[in-house]
Amino acid sequence: MTGIANVRELMTRNLRQSGIFVAFIAIVALFAILTDGVLLSPTNLTNIVLQYSYILVLAIGMVIVIIGGHIDLSVGSVAALAGAVSAVLVIKEGMPWWVGVIAGILVGVLAGAWQGFWVAFVGIPAFITTLAGMLLFRGLTFRVLDNISLSPFPSEYSKIATGFQNGLLGGDGFDVFTLVVFGVAVAAYFVQQFRARKAAIAYKQTVGAFPLFLLKLIAVAAVVMWFAWQLANYRGLPNVLIILAILIIVYTIVTTRTVFGRHVYAIGGNLTAATLSGVKVKWVNFGIMLNMGLLAGVAGVIFSSRTNGAQPAAGNLFELDAIAASFIGGAAVTGGVGRVTGAIVGGLIMAVMSNGMQLMGVEQSIQQVVKGLVLLLAVAFDVWNKKRAGGR
Amino acid sequence: MATNILEMRDISKEFPGVKALSDVNLTVREGEIHAICGENGAGKSTLMKVLSGVYPHGTYTGDIYFDGAEARYGSINDSEDAGVVIIHQELALVPHLTVAENIFLGNEVRGRFGLIDWNEANHKAQDLMDRVGLHENPVTPVGQLGVGKQQLIEIAKALSKDVRLLILDEPTAALNDSDSEHLLQLLKDLQKEGITSIMISHKLGEIEWVADRTTIIRDGQTIETIDMSEEDSTQDRIIRGMVGRDLEHRYPPRIDHEIGEELFRVEDWTVHHPTQPDRVMVDHAHFHVKAGEVVGIAGLMGAGRTELAMSIFGRTYGRGTTGRVYKRGEEIQTRSVSEAIDNGIAYATEDRKKYGLNLIDNISRNISAAALKKLSSRGFINGHEELSVAEAYRNNMNIKTPSVLQLAGNLSGGNQQKVVLSKWMYTDADVMILDEPTRGIDVGAKYEIYTIVNDLAAQGKGVVVISSELPELLGTCDRIYTLAFGRITGCLDVSEATPEALMTLMTQDKETASDNDADAKETDR
Repeated sequence: MTGIANVRELMTRNLRQSGIFVAFIAIVALFAILTDGVLLSPTNLTNIVLQYSYILVLAIGMVIVIIGGHIDLSVGSVAALAGAVSAVLVIKEGMPWWVGVIAGILVGVLAGAWQGFWVAFVGIPAFITTLAGMLLFRGLTFRVLDNISLSPFPSEYSKIATGFQNGLLGGDGFDVFTLVVFGVAVAAYFVQQFRARKAAIAYKQTVGAFPLFLLKLIAVAAVVMWFAWQLANYRGLPNVLIILAILIIVYTIVTTRTVFGRHVYAIGGNLTAATLSGVKVKWVNFGIMLNMGLLAGVAGVIFSSRTNGAQPAAGNLFELDAIAASFIGGAAVTGGVGRVTGAIVGGLIMAVMSNGMQLMGVEQSIQQVVKGLVLLLAVAFDVWNKKRAGGR
Repeated sequence: MATNILEMRDISKEFPGVKALSDVNLTVREGEIHAICGENGAGKSTLMKVLSGVYPHGTYTGDIYFDGAEARYGSINDSEDAGVVIIHQELALVPHLTVAENIFLGNEVRGRFGLIDWNEANHKAQDLMDRVGLHENPVTPVGQLGVGKQQLIEIAKALSKDVRLLILDEPTAALNDSDSEHLLQLLKDLQKEGITSIMISHKLGEIEWVADRTTIIRDGQTIETIDMSEEDSTQDRIIRGMVGRDLEHRYPPRIDHEIGEELFRVEDWTVHHPTQPDRVMVDHAHFHVKAGEVVGIAGLMGAGRTELAMSIFGRTYGRGTTGRVYKRGEEIQTRSVSEAIDNGIAYATEDRKKYGLNLIDNISRNISAAALKKLSSRGFINGHEELSVAEAYRNNMNIKTPSVLQLAGNLSGGNQQKVVLSKWMYTDADVMILDEPTRGIDVGAKYEIYTIVNDLAAQGKGVVVISSELPELLGTCDRIYTLAFGRITGCLDVSEATPEALMTLMTQDKETASDNDADAKETDR
């Protein structure tokens, strides 16, 4: 049946998903006003990206863990261990920077495999396994670093998280290269959206009205290009933003288009039904934890690069930020529901709030209170919305 | 003439879309053991939940008189205060607490300062345990005791509340013969102490032995109350009451179709309980189905129907499973669900909400869940193809929904069942095992499901329908196996099967079953 969905239908169908974008825009507007526009200045926008990138990387993995009906409390410790191993190899042993990167990520993968083994094949709940992992990997971090901090990394390494791509195409007072990259990305997005719409119509599915569709594309393009302009006016395209963009695209595809992604939703939604539909639950759970380890490794490398060294206490409480980002982004506490883009927006909401409050000079203690309340309200909204929709 | 301790008058209870009870009357005399009989879903448990306040006053219509006064229980606490105690089929004991702690749970023995006096509690518990003939230490954790003993603890718990009317919902369903006998003897002993009992049971032999009177319920209505001391109060009369009903127009006419070669055969299939390895749930069962044939498996609650099906479908139930499965004469393995699916076997579960569907995901993804292989290449799903498959099933199966992107949880029971059937049809299975395919769905939707079953057979698939509703089996099947206490007790062609004959085989206990086993195998060939 071909049909045109109206605005209201689109809104109510995706109240949770679209609600999060609306909330994000409201929060950005609020803090832009409260900080007299400093929040949206080129310098500050760049800072937000650099400062919260590793939380966003963790949130991508965490939302998949949560969709599968699990939780991971160990990601902060795993990220710390990854950074520590990398620092020991590069700073202490003098190995090339890329050896550190590979070793850090490998540490994450091994930690993920370890936890995946206990969760999937022994059947220990992820809460317990990763609580143990939190202690275990933290202890190993102290061990590897001999209780002391290591710094500094060679400049190639620290550029991963603090470097920029700029000046390749020149520009007067702003970076043309950044604008070109973003322009190409927006064009690719347009093409992808148009093709998806055409395919949907070919398969006789309901699509939104064309003017509305076009309006959405133009709005997205405008926001993205404005963001690019701001970045170009400072130091150009941060390396870490490139890494983040690739991860977001890859994991959006993994969760929405692959069999593995589908199986994650299935076991989180109804474990028994998934088992009785032939889903290899153990291997999917193993994959979920392995992937979380991989991303924790990536986050560890980014964090160590940003701080230009490794500290025994690095990454403390990262897991809580990543979990909060997932839930604010609409993931269901019971599993089976959630989106990578939602978790990213959830993470950005946390980032903008922290950054905005810091700019305003709000005390650390109050910041914690506000963040706690936002998390609570986000999940309360989720629960309320479920009751309203389900009536069960 | 004894006085009536309980009168339930014109009780009606509706659930959304279903009338579970309509004008049911039940009269229980002081000091009797009163049995209630009926098929699964007839309304027995609902009636007892109305009586015990699980469904509070106001959610049903009709009047309850207990001990001469009108009873309006708002909760289970109210009914227990009045002396009505219900013991559910699934025991409500906390396994890690001791016998005494369980007996006094929610009713603790208070000493000084309102603290629990454990010496007194254990002492009192010992007295109660002696009364029910349970010779255990009151500080033993309940989880260490068998089901039979746990059942006795439930009764001791009821006695601690000064029970006057004890309701037992299939108390012997999970018990072995000697435990059952002990329990029933206990009911008779308590009767001498003046305690009235209501017992829901499928086991007609037991009813004949202990019950003074029996009320038969069918389709939410009282059929009759039989005085068991009368001469014609035979098991046959109870069976007739339980099953007799109009069969016409409730089933679509069978389309003429060829029944082909044997498609699927299970032999010598034995399954043990997953946590109690010495309990045999399915005992050397055997059945087969031919292409284009609809075969029924009839059995009462606890007969091992679901256990049989799930153990065949990828060993998803039980342990120590042994036996052989053949497809078109060749032996196949079904050790995992995916292996079973690859071998063309599908199993639509009994409880579709709990085990069959992902209610928080949309219809389209539920339909594709068991056959993503068909929709994907190198791990990537073709989402558009998936939606058009779902649309096709929505049209063919008449799934009533505005869009296949609706959540499965928003559908009615009948439409949910159509989604489950679509899901398994899309796996291209040629053996479809349907477990209680019409449970909890309304008459109109049932008709549609039966039509689908007919269509599947006409396409040359082998369909196995598991059901406790005999008319349903008689209306849809070509052949019907009966299962009782884990054993196949018979196999009747639909032309020779009657509800009475089936019910007799379904209630057959072990001794007679083994005599008939040889005959059953004979018919099966």
